[in-house]
Amino acid sequence: MRAPLSNLPVQFDDVGVVAGGVTILDSISLTFTPGAPTVLIGPNGSGKTTLLRAAMGLIKPTRGRVTWAGSDMMPPLRRAIVFQRPTMLRRSAVANLHYALANAGIGRAQRSARAAELLELVGVGELGERPARKLSGGEQQRLALARALARDPEILFLDEPTASLDPAATKAIEDVIRAVVARGIKVVMSTHDLGEAKRLADEIVLMHRGRIVESGLVAAFFAKPRTQEAKQFIAGELLV
Amino acid sequence: MSGDHSALELVLTADPALIAIVRLSLIVSLSAVFFSALVGVPFGALIALTRFPGREGVIVVLNALMGLPPVVVGLAIYLMLSRSGPLGEFGLLFTPQAMVIAQTVLITPIIAALTRQTIEDLWIEYRDELAAMNVGPAGRVATLVWDARFSLVTALLAGFGRAAAEVGAVIIVGGNIEGFTRTMTTAIALETSKGDLPLAIGLGLVLMTIVVAINALAWVARRGAERYAG
Repeated sequence: MRAPLSNLPVQFDDVGVVAGGVTILDSISLTFTPGAPTVLIGPNGSGKTTLLRAAMGLIKPTRGRVTWAGSDMMPPLRRAIVFQRPTMLRRSAVANLHYALANAGIGRAQRSARAAELLELVGVGELGERPARKLSGGEQQRLALARALARDPEILFLDEPTASLDPAATKAIEDVIRAVVARGIKVVMSTHDLGEAKRLADEIVLMHRGRIVESGLVAAFFAKPRTQEAKQFIAGELLV
Repeated sequence: MSGDHSALELVLTADPALIAIVRLSLIVSLSAVFFSALVGVPFGALIALTRFPGREGVIVVLNALMGLPPVVVGLAIYLMLSRSGPLGEFGLLFTPQAMVIAQTVLITPIIAALTRQTIEDLWIEYRDELAAMNVGPAGRVATLVWDARFSLVTALLAGFGRAAAEVGAVIIVGGNIEGFTRTMTTAIALETSKGDLPLAIGLGLVLMTIVVAINALAWVARRGAERYAG
């Protein structure tokens, strides 16, 4: 059941993150509004993962602030993340979902039906009783998506969800992402894969060395990149 | 119980004296494991999940205490429970309860230190996921202890092995009184010194069988559970 009030948009206001004397995010100002997916692209070490973790509240900015619907007082509950290498709890696939549902405040009586529905949504309905840690990489990634959806998020952060997956598993994950988007959930994801970015994104944000160097609608970004970094990245020439 | 019997005969005929010794040994050591688990598991989990000044020092001391000499523990508990000691009024010296206390003190650091390591390793793995799911402190502890349960059984077995095998602490605080505080290890030491080798060997066989059987059971349970939980 959806909460009546939305926590969107998420706004980064001059956010900086410094760790061990190294600047990881520098003067990030952007807004995630409800709607079509936003895809963060950029070379390794450009700050994509840190930005997603800061949005989830897993990293505290050393400068600036992240606000939800204009406020940074109450951390929103209806946000979720799937990490690049999700950790499966040492339980069955369905027990992983029951755990997430319980933490999302879903009553015991509703959990079984909801877990079955989520497993079906991500296409691993027949694997519910298997130990989660023994599933393949692609199956674990799909289960992690289901676990994130258990929170009934209005915004879902995905950190390179198809990294190191084969083409079939990649397509399966992308299909799930499209299904998630069709449910009205805002997706913000990072990827190295330009093809994937073209297939899934509405808005592209290019990051380099902790800064946003260019952002815009996907068609315009790829057709007429404005910055030298964007041109280099599209050409596969932008390094860390 | 006679020195004329062979070790195997004593075991196979379930000699009453031997059974009584085995029974007391198991009661004392399993009780010690139970009480140590009550203290050691939460304490180990607390050290694993909290950060405070001096934490590294606590971990070093805890690890060092895993090698506590049983005779030193026996002596310390003896001094506490003796008539002139702070707990002398309870009259526990030379009772099975005193033996349980001594073994509990001996193995609690083992269980706490192994729990700390196990929970900390799992916490590093789970931290981000649990934080992303907004799991609170109590829920984190419960999740980590539950998911580490098979590894924690190994910690409890290590404690049981140490308790069941030690002789120094129980002989000092129990006194090795026949029919009252005589355990397998103290009886083996005594009967060997008396030259009654069949009984000593019989008790040794039983002790080894119990330790191997308990470890085998735990191994089977762990393998079965891992097939289910991964």
